[in-house]
Amino acid sequence: MIATLAFYLFATLTIASAVLVIFARNPVHSVLWLIVAFFNAAGLMLLLGAEFIAMLLVIVYVGAVAVLFLFIVMMLDIDFAALRSGFSKNLPFGILIALVLLAEMVLAAAAWKAGPVTEGAPVAASQPNIEAVGAALYGRYLFPFELAGLILLVAMIGAIVLTHRSRGDVRGQKISRQVDRDPKEAVRNLNPGVGEGMKL
Amino acid sequence: MTDFFVSHGMVYGWAWFLATIIGILVIALPLMLAVAMVIYAERKIWAAIALRRGPNVVGPWGLLQSFADGLKVFLKETIVPSSANKGLFLIAPIITFTVALIVWAVVPFDVGVVLTDINVGLLYILAASSLGVYGVIIAGWASNSKYPFFSALRAAAQMVSYEVSIGFVLICVVLYSGSFNLTDIVMKQQGNIGFGLLNGFGFNPLLFPMAVVFLISSMAETFRTPFDLVEAESELVAGHQTEYSSMSFALFWLGEYANVILMCALNAILFWGGFLPPLNIGFLYAVPGIIWLFAKMAFFFFVFGWVKATVPRYRYDQLMRLGWKIFLPLSLLFVVLISGWLMIKTQGLPV
Repeated sequence: MIATLAFYLFATLTIASAVLVIFARNPVHSVLWLIVAFFNAAGLMLLLGAEFIAMLLVIVYVGAVAVLFLFIVMMLDIDFAALRSGFSKNLPFGILIALVLLAEMVLAAAAWKAGPVTEGAPVAASQPNIEAVGAALYGRYLFPFELAGLILLVAMIGAIVLTHRSRGDVRGQKISRQVDRDPKEAVRNLNPGVGEGMKL
Repeated sequence: MTDFFVSHGMVYGWAWFLATIIGILVIALPLMLAVAMVIYAERKIWAAIALRRGPNVVGPWGLLQSFADGLKVFLKETIVPSSANKGLFLIAPIITFTVALIVWAVVPFDVGVVLTDINVGLLYILAASSLGVYGVIIAGWASNSKYPFFSALRAAAQMVSYEVSIGFVLICVVLYSGSFNLTDIVMKQQGNIGFGLLNGFGFNPLLFPMAVVFLISSMAETFRTPFDLVEAESELVAGHQTEYSSMSFALFWLGEYANVILMCALNAILFWGGFLPPLNIGFLYAVPGIIWLFAKMAFFFFVFGWVKATVPRYRYDQLMRLGWKIFLPLSLLFVVLISGWLMIKTQGLPV
């Protein structure tokens, strides 16, 4: 009874906030609604008994991804008029993407209805699902998992290489040099003549 | 407690509901009281370090100072800036305060004395504590004023940076204890090191550096000095709290201190044996576990206050350097070291 009520609560809130993500006029509000949607999706996961996935959803998406997202959106100086003017131009393309997404969702739902992709026993309810996920990832799916890790590493290095540029003119702090400094070299005694000043 | 109500003729659902509500109140109300006393204690610590007297006027030894401050704040008018985003402006302190409270649901005060003993307790804490930053970000943005806005940006970057190393430190603890459940983590620390004499992962030479990293990161996570760039008063007035007044300001204050107490509890639970006595000797167990936990929390709280009173604030690039260039590689190295050591311990050397 409570579980059913909670399901409808989370489901309604997820859909409502997802709709508001699109319809909110202010992009910051959009991101905040997106966070609400993530949160309610995590609630749905909890109801399914997938507490590990639920917590990961909150930690990764709400705690890290959405924070950075909000960070960027807040800093952008968005011109709403310019944003709206492209509407008619981008509409056909948007509809196309929406149709593709819809088709994919229908396909996924149909495939799920047709039965599970892989055979294998369902996880026992008594087993904590971290252990179940761990056993699957590091047992049966070890190589795909390692491969995914490698791809992410390449993406990470790629992003760093693309955005990193070394600038010579930055006066950064080099702590090792500060610690290494010797008072004898750091201080010079000079005796400038009157009105001459000195060169450093 | 659910059983107690069921035995008095209640339906299980309602009994559970009532028991949970009572459990929440039993944790939240003393916590609020603790926050008030802890603010007083901290002011006394700072005063002692600066050779001052600290609050000593309201009540005996100034004990009621925090309540007087609370009353003053409560009686003030709530001012909402006209250009602020009203809904978000008012929600922000509520988020900070709520998030600071919900984390306490999984903190074990003794064996079995915990509101919800879930087996992803540590992940829950990580998840809930990563939400705390939203209060600051939303407050900073909704105030529609430049200093709070800078504060929000700094908070976002700082939180994300230090959460990474905290995550790795927690992985070390989880590897050693083999569980995400906080009670299990504490029980695994019993006689963990020193020929079964010492309780606590922190005494383990492999985990001690991680305990230090966690202590420093927890200061960064709660935006305490030397990492309080979020409310650096010499640059940002009062950071995200600049535009807040009255109770909305007090909620930030309460949430912040509830978070500090939580971090003290986490330091004690994850590395220093939580509700276990520091030495694994029979007669020490006569003292209730909750007393040991509170004693350890008080110690860490003193360390927090001590650091705040003595260490100057970091510059922003130094903060980022510490988080990304020192703590991240160090904690990553220790994840590798510890998992290697555990591998050797359980499976023997690969020959």
